[in-house]
Amino acid sequence: MSSPTKARTQRSWYKRNEIAVTPWLFLAPGVVAFLLYVIFPIFQSINISFYEWDGLGEAYWVGLSNYEELYWDDAFYVSLRNNLIWLVLYLLAIPAGLAIALFLNQTVTGIRLYKSLFFFPFVISQVVVGLVFSWFYDPSFGLLNQILGVVGLGPINVLGDERFVTYGIIAAGIWPQTAYCMILYLTGLNAVDPEQIEAARLDGAKGLRMLWHVIIPQLKPATFIAFVVTIIGALRSFDLISIMTGGGPFGESRVLSFYMFEVALSEYGFRMGYGAAIAVVLFLIMLCFIAYFLYSMYQDDKGGR
Amino acid sequence: MNLFKTTAAALLMTSGLVVSAQAEGLSGTLKIFSDMSNPAPRAAMEGMAERFGALHPDLTVEVTVIDREAYKTQIRNFLTADAPDVANWYAANRMKPYVDAGLFEDISDLWASPELADLTSTKGAMTLDGKQWGVPYTYYQWGVYYRADIYNELGLSEPATFDEMKSNCQAIIESGRKCYTIGTKNYWTAGGWFDYLNMRTNGYDYHSSLLAGEIAWSDDGVKQTFANWRELLDMGAFVDNHTAYSWQESLPFMVQGDAAAILMGNFAVAPLRDAGLDDSKLDFYQFPAINSAVALAEDAPTDTFHIPANAQNKEAARAFLKFVVSADNQTLINNGANLGQLPVNAKSSVDDDKFLQEGFVMLSSNSPGGVAQFFDRDAPAQMAKIAMEGLQEFMVKPDNLDKILARLDRAAKRIYK
Repeated sequence: MSSPTKARTQRSWYKRNEIAVTPWLFLAPGVVAFLLYVIFPIFQSINISFYEWDGLGEAYWVGLSNYEELYWDDAFYVSLRNNLIWLVLYLLAIPAGLAIALFLNQTVTGIRLYKSLFFFPFVISQVVVGLVFSWFYDPSFGLLNQILGVVGLGPINVLGDERFVTYGIIAAGIWPQTAYCMILYLTGLNAVDPEQIEAARLDGAKGLRMLWHVIIPQLKPATFIAFVVTIIGALRSFDLISIMTGGGPFGESRVLSFYMFEVALSEYGFRMGYGAAIAVVLFLIMLCFIAYFLYSMYQDDKGGR
Repeated sequence: MNLFKTTAAALLMTSGLVVSAQAEGLSGTLKIFSDMSNPAPRAAMEGMAERFGALHPDLTVEVTVIDREAYKTQIRNFLTADAPDVANWYAANRMKPYVDAGLFEDISDLWASPELADLTSTKGAMTLDGKQWGVPYTYYQWGVYYRADIYNELGLSEPATFDEMKSNCQAIIESGRKCYTIGTKNYWTAGGWFDYLNMRTNGYDYHSSLLAGEIAWSDDGVKQTFANWRELLDMGAFVDNHTAYSWQESLPFMVQGDAAAILMGNFAVAPLRDAGLDDSKLDFYQFPAINSAVALAEDAPTDTFHIPANAQNKEAARAFLKFVVSADNQTLINNGANLGQLPVNAKSSVDDDKFLQEGFVMLSSNSPGGVAQFFDRDAPAQMAKIAMEGLQEFMVKPDNLDKILARLDRAAKRIYK
């Protein structure tokens, strides 16, 4: 008598909680992977940053001395400064992408071809972009200096001069990033409400006023995504630096992520603790942006409901 | 039936005997990880493995060639996780991290065997803590490779002193060329210049004490070295914009005749020849003396084979190392058709290539001060990195010298503790 009742209650626990449990079951694989590959390593890195460790032998607890060394390390400040330059200048990709998107948002014969050509730099690998630009900048045979030569200006050693090197690499990075922003805006422009444009036109708006007051507000979602990917792209700027200069000349083109790699993982590196300390600083910088993004997404969500 | 059984048993026994006889030879698999990824060295490595395999038919020799630059970071992973039986690396301080971590096998016993008696000249470079941790398979000289035709045209001869070096350079500059090409995008090219300038100014012992952290970078001796270097910089001896070029990218200046010479290892000869400089145009001289009170010393980096501590087939690995350093194999792999470098075995013969001959004579009879490995092999890796960066900065901004030296002293305090 009692066994079927028991079976029913057992079966019904899941039935009773199905609505609450099922989403978690679906989420479980993602949550586990996220915890294992994102959250756990964050704490692991923070932990390693308190040790002196070469990745092979014993790890020695050194407390905050890695951070203290960072405080005195000129190379760290150079990297930090370059990171800020990257963050600010990389944002130019957004207006540039918008401009190209507006330019291409018309119906002309072969517009698809033009769009693909403009999108092309984003498709090719960053490594190729880096190589192309290092040839472009080459002081003896590079196109840039050939052109400057025609105008009568002396050759500029863009990638070998500590004053220009970071800007030179950023220019190379903006090229594909602009293409990325352009494609985001092109899709955004498709969603612009033609009735509002009609209405604005009737009210006599055109040109920049139309753009500023009617088009751009409607592109807000695209702008937000473009902003997010550009900020993240700027902070991740690693491959271009590695290809174009290797951090040189004398470390003047390093950013934090590259410096971390150099200190912890490169040929002459293997100071895991110090590298982890740099990673923690980089994480804190990113955290500001991540928190802002999450906050504004949350606000949008609330507003949407 | 009975007869059949006995025959079978006898057969089994004989085959058993054969197996045990082969075990005394070598069996199993010998896994070799190599960084000899350039075409010629790769062929030399594969040929060597093939010949060793032919000597030991029951041994399977597996060679994995890894890109030379990538190898430098991968070695840490595979030594701990998935160790081969034999691995390439470099001599002197570059092997210290792995020796300290217990990842290389102590092979002092192998060095005590008669087969290695002819390698004594390189024993020091393979010794740490009084034990030997690997065997060398090749080394090469450094020196000045120059355009003989340009020197002839200007009536110059190979310099023997720093003053001659400078007066030659002045003549070259006046002819509208640069004296030396260099590509400091590879920081180590500047390390080579510092090695020579410092060894010539202060001598081998001073230089090795400096790189071992026993002398401060702000020492007056070091400052004298930089003062000598600065004389060359102020003359405009080096090509412009050298920070933008790797060492390979710096070679065309010499090929096109815009620069007259390069301070480099013997591996530069192959690309220079390929670019069209034959022996009438390309020649070699030993870096001239600067301070006549110090004995001449040279850089001669040695490349090596090691047995990882976690290797599976150490018996075969030891046999392979003996094979690598044997006189015949040394003659063969270092000849012009293969590595084109110097053999480590005193009983081997050096290829009759003029640069190898000249280098061999220089290292064996005209380097009384000693033979160094190279800046980034003698100094600890971290120190080498930060110092070579400083050297590059000095070459561009000589006025920053005091700042650079102070930075190096600060780093040294941390690294050599």
